[in-house]
Amino acid sequence: MAKEIYTKYKMAKYLRKEALPTALCPGCGGGTVLNAFANAIDQLGIDPRDLVVVSGIGCSAWIASPYFLADTLHTTHGRAIAYATGVKVGLPDKKVVVISGDGDLAGIGGNHLIHAARRNIDITVILVNNFIYGMTGGQVAPTTPFGAITTTSPYRNVEHPLNIAETVTSAGASYVARWTTFHVYQLIESIKRALSVKGFALVEAISQCPVQFGRRNRMKTPTEMLRWFQRNSVLISKARNMSPNELEGKIVVGELVNREKPEFTEELNSLIEEVSKHYGLGDNNAD
Amino acid sequence: MRYPFPVGTVDFIQGDEAIARAAILAGCRFYAGYPITPASEIFEAMSIYMPLVDGVSIQMEDEIGSIAAVVGASWAGAKSMTATSGPGFSLMMENLGYAIMTETPLVLVNVQRSGPSTGQPTLAAQGDLMQAIWGTHGDHSLIVLAPATVQEAFDMTIKAFNLAEKYRTPVILLTDAEVGHMRERVYAPHPDELELIYRKLPANEEEAKYPFGDIHGDLVPPMPVFGKGHHTYVTGLTHDEKGRPKTVESEIHEKLLKRIVEKIEKNKKDIVDYEGYGLEDAEIVIIGFGIVTRSAMRAVKELRKKGIKAGLLKLNVLWPFDFELIERIAEKAGKIYVVEMNLGQLYHMVKEGANGKVPVELIPKIGGEIHTPKEIIERIKDNLR
Ligand SMILES: Cc1ncc(C[n+]2csc(CCOP(=O)(O)OP(=O)(O)O)c2C)c(N)n1
Ligand code: SF4
Ligand SMILES: [Mg+2]
Repeated sequence: MAKEIYTKYKMAKYLRKEALPTALCPGCGGGTVLNAFANAIDQLGIDPRDLVVVSGIGCSAWIASPYFLADTLHTTHGRAIAYATGVKVGLPDKKVVVISGDGDLAGIGGNHLIHAARRNIDITVILVNNFIYGMTGGQVAPTTPFGAITTTSPYRNVEHPLNIAETVTSAGASYVARWTTFHVYQLIESIKRALSVKGFALVEAISQCPVQFGRRNRMKTPTEMLRWFQRNSVLISKARNMSPNELEGKIVVGELVNREKPEFTEELNSLIEEVSKHYGLGDNNAD
Repeated sequence: MRYPFPVGTVDFIQGDEAIARAAILAGCRFYAGYPITPASEIFEAMSIYMPLVDGVSIQMEDEIGSIAAVVGASWAGAKSMTATSGPGFSLMMENLGYAIMTETPLVLVNVQRSGPSTGQPTLAAQGDLMQAIWGTHGDHSLIVLAPATVQEAFDMTIKAFNLAEKYRTPVILLTDAEVGHMRERVYAPHPDELELIYRKLPANEEEAKYPFGDIHGDLVPPMPVFGKGHHTYVTGLTHDEKGRPKTVESEIHEKLLKRIVEKIEKNKKDIVDYEGYGLEDAEIVIIGFGIVTRSAMRAVKELRKKGIKAGLLKLNVLWPFDFELIERIAEKAGKIYVVEMNLGQLYHMVKEGANGKVPVELIPKIGGEIHTPKEIIERIKDNLR
């Protein structure tokens, strides 16, 4: 069967075959995100040799590494964007992509996310938001809905979830979009745009973790979770005319921002030019 | 290539400044940092110099991010460095372990101040020795160098880059607020006088497939840096020779970790460096590292004038640690004193090296001031009475 996948599934060429089948649970949204990312790369005609994919720690981090066939840096929990910053500055001509989870990028690593957006460094972040710390067994995350049940909020979650896409928009990113794994085509289109934009780009992919989240919140199967995404999603254009009350518990999907702004590595390079022009090294050496 | 500071000549500069200049001469072209006393001057100098040599110096949101960016830049192919002090050094520990596990060359400068916590930000200490060697979790090895003068800060920075590149490992330059802020005469070599080492790259596609395999039999795999189409897979998880995560196979973990430790341990002769004074006939040997050895040297000379056969062993490399050297000294000496600006860290390693052959006594000092030669002399003379 595995062989059949390699011949029939066109995106298989972008995957590290020795790492398959994936360790993701059956029905996990991570596979959909991986598929969307591979399709976006394929449709844009990006040579994987021009890609560096960086991830943190968690189920979603595995989408990038080991599964994706490119230079991949599987880093420490929460720090992927900071590592990617060094990679991008060192290799400004390469596409640098971060794929990781909500706990990783918006919890422990939230500060790096905000500041990379503020710098507007040309990194594409695909943040897989499954509302939970999946890999470690379903603990409450900064994205867990109010009232939801998790292993560390076994009675109910008394905290409010972070609106990641809005936070990153406020922080100054060039491009921000949010879709769910139900909206596969839109997700692919947004990843393509994110990869094409010059500047910091975030695609928040709301994804199902039936095993650690759905199961404890009356959505045992992946299908039930996808149906929840379908019913609960509101397009951003429509959401703009809705009251906060009406939006309670809804998932606002679409493009939050797409704007041109000076990009960090380009600024660094023009700075080098400026500095050498104005303060260029004369004959000040003893040589 | 021109440099934004004098080379092939002497200058009168601070230790921190010397480190920045030496890093640039060593080929460092990426620096990421976060402000902290007494290391900020390195960062500020880097910010001025880097754009002038086509390099980059960036300020990250914290020290966790600084060392992370440095690891990323190193995999992008650049010689990279960060510098910090106590609180920031503590924040870097997890990613330092990542650099060790992924065999990423980088230089981490710790301009020590006194701790724990925020402690005494502007005052020198040597309290981070054990943390430098053992601070990150898990079995590991790395290289730790310790300068005592501004000239040594300069020279050891170049050495740190060479060792990092040669052995594909993080190297810590463990200096302190005193050396960092002190101004001294420094000779900055002309680039032609320098022997610089660059990491071994894979000779072909086949070699690139084994970023973590001992394919040359020297324990140091060539480094398939990013952007060359190698599809290199780098992870902090236990990995096989190809870099693939293997998290439950005990043989693979043992093989990887043993190689990471042995590549340092088996090259001890090449890495270790020390200076001895009067060791030939010394009955009393003072052992120390960094700034405090300057007081100790003075003490040794004074003691000798008084007819006491004293000697000094100044350790320039603190890891790998030359336990055998200490044992050889212990076999000849009547007593060993360890001077250090903490409550006893090097002391324990020296005791282990001395192996019970000779009494080892600690002369500790904390609070930010260096031991005076007099304090050392009096302590030794008290014991002779
Ligand atoms: C510093 C540190 N703390 C904790 C962990 C344990 N840990 C591993 S994955 C993870 C949560 C990941 O959650 P998320 O990013 O949402 O990914 P998911 O598994 O849900 O895709 C945690 C807490 C770790 N590896 N490192
Ligand atoms: S635990 Fe959840 S996020 Fe992790 S693989 Fe399983 S379904 Fe996916
Ligand atoms: Mg998650």
